[in-house]
Amino acid sequence: MDVLYFAWVRERIGVPKEKIDTVPATVMALVDELRSREARYEAAFADLSALRVAVDQELSDFDAPLDGAREVAFFPPMTGG
Amino acid sequence: MDIRVQEDPFDLGVETSAFAARQKGMGAIVTFTGVVRDLDEGVLHAMEIEHYPGMTEKALQKIAEEATSRWKLGDIMIIHRHGILKAQEMIMMVATSSRHRVDAFQAAEFLMDFLKSRAPFWKKEASGTAADWVAARDEDEDALKRW
Repeated sequence: MDVLYFAWVRERIGVPKEKIDTVPATVMALVDELRSREARYEAAFADLSALRVAVDQELSDFDAPLDGAREVAFFPPMTGG
Repeated sequence: MDIRVQEDPFDLGVETSAFAARQKGMGAIVTFTGVVRDLDEGVLHAMEIEHYPGMTEKALQKIAEEATSRWKLGDIMIIHRHGILKAQEMIMMVATSSRHRVDAFQAAEFLMDFLKSRAPFWKKEASGTAADWVAARDEDEDALKRW
């Protein structure tokens, strides 16, 4: 599964994209797995209320299952327009 | 429906005229343009816009389809830029057409409200030597509730 990061989430984690080999059951399980890796992930995921998530390019939430998901993206609230 | 996500600048006059020329039987055309502000006492601003290729196009398409289902529209055009933009450059535009103006006005406002908070773009503003990500405003999220 590909995990993508945008805006300050990308800057804090230090990469725009990475592959993970595990299959977490939910978005939250993926977040917990990433948080346990290194301080930079802990810093990026410190306040989940400041983050949004997309699963396979559709806005989703942290309880969403990842069954069959190919791409998960984390980013701050969007500021288009 | 014409939806474009691009790095290159666009010409508002040319795009508006071309959009108008494509309409048949439409009495109203509304356009909105977002511009990089030239803020704060002579300090020149610049902006960098990041987006999520793939998801951006899908999100814009979905927002435009929703507008089409809610109002009687002839057509919708959305152009949104990414990359580095200087002060006073145009960031994006929407155009809507309808037989009567209310549909075109309301649909354009709806498109802007959803585009701000539901299309995956992120702005980073630079002024002088400092650059920081623009925070989303609560008002922008609240604006969605009126629809």
